[in-house]
Amino acid sequence: MKPTPALAISAFTASSALGTGQAATLDALREGRGGLRHTGFDLIETPMWLGEAPGVDEERLPPALAGWDCRNNRLAWQGLQADGFAARVDAARQRHGAHRVAVLLGTSTSAILQTEIAYRQRDAATGALPPGFRYPQTHSTGSVAAFVREALGLQGPAAVVSTACSSGAKVFAQAARWIALGLVDAAVVGGVDSLCLTTLCGFNALELLSPEICRPWDAGRQGLSIGEAAAFALLEREGDAPAWLLGCGESSDGHHMSTPHPEGAGAVAAMRQALAAAGLAAADVDYLNLHGTGTPSNDAVEDLAVTAVFGDALPCSSTKGATGHTLGAAGALEAVISVLALQHGLLPGGLNRRSPDAALRCRYLDAPRAAAPRRVASNSFGFGGSNACLVFGRSPA
Amino acid sequence: MSMDVPTLEVSVLGIGLLGPGLADWATGAPVLAGAQPWQQGPTAIPPPARLPPTERRRAGAVVKLAFAVAEQAVTQAGADASSLATVFASSGADTANCHALCEALAQPERIVSPTRFTNSVHNAAAGYWHIAAASRAASTSLAAFDGSFSAGLLEAAAQVVSTGQPVLLVAADLPYPQPLQAARPLPDAFGVALVLAPAGAAGPLARLGIGIRPRAAAPMTAGASDGFEALRRDIPAARGLPLLEALASGAAPCALTLDYLDGLDLAVAVAPAGAAR
Repeated sequence: MKPTPALAISAFTASSALGTGQAATLDALREGRGGLRHTGFDLIETPMWLGEAPGVDEERLPPALAGWDCRNNRLAWQGLQADGFAARVDAARQRHGAHRVAVLLGTSTSAILQTEIAYRQRDAATGALPPGFRYPQTHSTGSVAAFVREALGLQGPAAVVSTACSSGAKVFAQAARWIALGLVDAAVVGGVDSLCLTTLCGFNALELLSPEICRPWDAGRQGLSIGEAAAFALLEREGDAPAWLLGCGESSDGHHMSTPHPEGAGAVAAMRQALAAAGLAAADVDYLNLHGTGTPSNDAVEDLAVTAVFGDALPCSSTKGATGHTLGAAGALEAVISVLALQHGLLPGGLNRRSPDAALRCRYLDAPRAAAPRRVASNSFGFGGSNACLVFGRSPA
Repeated sequence: MSMDVPTLEVSVLGIGLLGPGLADWATGAPVLAGAQPWQQGPTAIPPPARLPPTERRRAGAVVKLAFAVAEQAVTQAGADASSLATVFASSGADTANCHALCEALAQPERIVSPTRFTNSVHNAAAGYWHIAAASRAASTSLAAFDGSFSAGLLEAAAQVVSTGQPVLLVAADLPYPQPLQAARPLPDAFGVALVLAPAGAAGPLARLGIGIRPRAAAPMTAGASDGFEALRRDIPAARGLPLLEALASGAAPCALTLDYLDGLDLAVAVAPAGAAR
């Protein structure tokens, strides 16, 4: 595989349980502070550990976008306003033209919460959904990309990538292809996934939810804690950027719908591809943000895969103990965390670990550390055996 | 500001089709070409032979629909499924499964079946396909409402040109049960698959030039008959019908405008195999 051209990350932001915007996210990462809380959500009264983004319910869409109103699009809107991201995209729109800027967003469930609520309000006689139900703007899996495209006044190609928990990483790979081919000159990429009963009850049914706070890489880890996030990046060929996308790798497990390949063969392939696309050797990477969901099998397999590619000396951590697993947004949120790490000289720590798992060999960081990483990688793996790895750098080469 | 919009040149090596009164590409092509009458009838989805029995029991209708068209295209192309990258496009993925989940979540007990949850991911069809094909090749799953087919065709062509390798594109959409069917009415199930390969590939069925184009005065290419136009309009995966009609007719080069997004179309030039473009 030939190295692919690096892309400038000329603007970026995130809104998650760590707070809204770069500063809140960076402060939490520096202080090793998590955003998970023991709380209920919607109809679920029994508390569980959740990473709820603050202030989503209080967000209001402008009147011109009122038809898109739902919790998922409010979270997207909150993210777009943070760090002047929408204004930076507007400047790119004027530089390149509205048709020359793509929108590619990852999500697993879009605004399914809106449909869940509508199903509680069905007409007793006819079974019909309530009159205000708007399928295209809320339920439709593609809705969040259509909303963001309209909110930003963009006219370029757009789609939602929905490959479960790798979605928010795979959008970077697709955008890199489209920019390299000249289909567009810039792309708004990211991920938006909001809390809903489908994922909370679904992961619970699979016995993958941790009864206690999630503890990635802990010997007694019991599963994941779910979070929500909107994370965005603006990719361009050149610019004065704090970080660059150097390479992407994508693969499938072809093994099982909800359990990873036992040796992590697909994950290994994705990491090696990302390094090859970046034109780098494993030793050139200074930190890896693990997928690290905190389920017993996921962490064990990822550990095998990471050490197969990078050995056991590369500093690694999962930030899901701080943010929760934000599912279709996770790849984008962890891309933003990777960019912050490069920009501010920080290796994020993995929170909540009490007793290291002796069977895991990665050099796992329990606390944040000041450093000067030049390149960082980020792993994202999803149901259906979907794997992605991204490599970022402080400079394009 | 650059306005040079590139054209992605690809070859078509295999085609799959399943829809109302369209059992497969072999028998459907003469119907799409107007050489044989369209015998309307509900879409009949065959069982997914490639899927191991344990997975077959778990797989939902969208998986079966996707497999049916993917098999046709891969067989015609003589492609090796175990190394073939894939792009899956769907507006709503497993619609009946989504309804069942929402119904269960509206009950006080909120009991969700683990299999239903696993099948609810938009990339379920892709996941099952790569398991059945024992393929570790890259795969993506896209959604863009009524523009899902065009989003998939654009990305599949982009991958072919980027990687120089063939890509399997599968577009599949199914109707919802009520009450969602009233909010998102689809008349029936429809699936399309294409194996696309680099422009220089040997033995193509046709060559395509694919580009995006700001919506102009030029109207969308309609279905060749009222019946096909209704399918095209009402089923996201069938937005690719004008392309299939052109491939079925196969006589002369033509230029199509496919629906993608507000303000943006997909321009597709179709050249029969052997014709100069």
